[in-house]
Amino acid sequence: MTDWLGPEEWQALRLSLKVSFWAMLASLPLGLLAAYALSRWRFPGRQLLNLLIHLPLVLPPVVTGYLLLLTLGARAPLGEFLGQFGITFAFRWTGAALAAGIMGFPLMVRAIRLSLDAVDPKLEEAASTLGARPLSRFVTVTLPLIAPGILAGAVLSFAKAMGEFGATITFVSNIPGSTQTLPSAIYAFLQVPGGEASALRLVALSVLIAMGALLLSELLAQRVAKRVAGK
Amino acid sequence: MSLSVSLRHDFGGFSLDVDFRAPSGLTVLFGRSGSGKTSVIKAVAGLLHPDAGRIATADRVLFDSTTGRALPVHRRRIGYIFQEPRLFPHLTVRRNLTYGRRFGPRRRDRAEVDRVVEILGLGALLDRRPGALSGGEQSRVAIGRALLSAPEILLADEPLAALDEARKAEILPYFERLRDETDIPILYVSHSVEEVARLATTVVALEQGRVTRSGPAVEVFADPAFSPTGPRDAGALVEARILTHHADGLTEVQAGPARLHLPRMPGAPGDPLRLRIAAQDVMLARDAPQGLSALNILPGTVTAIREDAGPGVLISLTTPAGPILSAITRRSLSALRLAEGTPCHAIIKSVAIAQREGPRAG
Repeated sequence: MTDWLGPEEWQALRLSLKVSFWAMLASLPLGLLAAYALSRWRFPGRQLLNLLIHLPLVLPPVVTGYLLLLTLGARAPLGEFLGQFGITFAFRWTGAALAAGIMGFPLMVRAIRLSLDAVDPKLEEAASTLGARPLSRFVTVTLPLIAPGILAGAVLSFAKAMGEFGATITFVSNIPGSTQTLPSAIYAFLQVPGGEASALRLVALSVLIAMGALLLSELLAQRVAKRVAGK
Repeated sequence: MSLSVSLRHDFGGFSLDVDFRAPSGLTVLFGRSGSGKTSVIKAVAGLLHPDAGRIATADRVLFDSTTGRALPVHRRRIGYIFQEPRLFPHLTVRRNLTYGRRFGPRRRDRAEVDRVVEILGLGALLDRRPGALSGGEQSRVAIGRALLSAPEILLADEPLAALDEARKAEILPYFERLRDETDIPILYVSHSVEEVARLATTVVALEQGRVTRSGPAVEVFADPAFSPTGPRDAGALVEARILTHHADGLTEVQAGPARLHLPRMPGAPGDPLRLRIAAQDVMLARDAPQGLSALNILPGTVTAIREDAGPGVLISLTTPAGPILSAITRRSLSALRLAEGTPCHAIIKSVAIAQREGPRAG
């Protein structure tokens, strides 16, 4: 398998998968919480939260990356503060994951929120009358019913992370082995003479991964949807 | 066990102000849509927080506005049968049924589940999911699910309203069995006179958020002032017991000291029956009539006369079989010179069964 991929290409692939996986995983609980809050709670600042979550979707990715650099860069106050606890994002794969997670966050929240809006609150009421306290009610009724939405949100977030380029390169640059993800590597190969073959291989790989992810999510979603429909 | 409910709530444009007690047995909250019935049971369930009032069983206070106590829904130990089944679509029938058991105060043995499954006839459905069930089957599962959560109060919000006649006939006997075989108070919302006549032990009639009449079903139905859907539908309830089935196709029943002859009724001698005698099917005579084809003639005494009931008048009388109602014209009223205390004879043209025991296995 490694024969047809050069070491640098292989490295970029592995890093991309790692970055995307962690970006997706770390966004899940937050995305669920944000979606739940937006769908079910009425609180002051709800519209502001909604706006903030969706901002990365409409801002130029470079702007998002630059804002991250300004707040979490090595010399930025928050970045320095977190650095004291050993948490650094600047020019690390963790930074790439953060950027990718933020860029994919609105997609994830939208998908989960849509499925939450579709859950009949009457079912949750029924669960309460049967003695379920709010947390068990959420785990036994709401969560299984929104599983397809969570799945769709996770796949979208993962796919977005695999393709994220602008914010990542602005925030953590393009360092092979630590921040050079697939898109950054493709971009880098295209900048050097003779790099086109490598770039093409990575392009083909990107297409394969994207299609595989979509197929998998479709399959899972169908199974879950069938279960949830009560058939 | 009994439940006392007293509450006030302002919905803005509509206000609820009720006070009643539901003893064990089945209490029907009866009234037109918009009379506040559903709001009352939502308040009992904790899905609605009234502005003021107190809701309590014999040993537990669920809500008391003076002390600020308001138990959350999941701690009220109620079984709520909603108008729609509201089954969990992702769980099998079995797991829907047992959903409430894991939260209950005590873990009960499997026999309880088996018993409810048997009563409701759910044995063949246990491994299916709600999406694969008919409407009537879903309703039965919803009833079983509420029962198995070990409720101390059972609430039913027009559980039959969304079903067709055949499905209603399928579910009604289960409520009769519940009423007769459990001792928890059942609060049952309905706007159907037939359901009330058949199921109610106690009736609480609501109109525009106020209780207009409440008491034992037989008493309420015998009150000429209680004609919920107009005097045409007025009719008394008579509690009876089957005596014998005669060879000529008649069934003889005992109602108090009186005996009535009815067209063949299902059931065995000794079975209790609740009869409904429509006011329009009762004629009155001052003297004991002779040479009539009517089989059932009861002596009685007029106890009340209601003259504002549309074109005719409603007469309430006591008979050996219990209080009954008669609808007659104004002209007959004056011709017979009826007044409170007048002795007369009630000629009963026909009798309907309001209820009977649920079907028994075998």
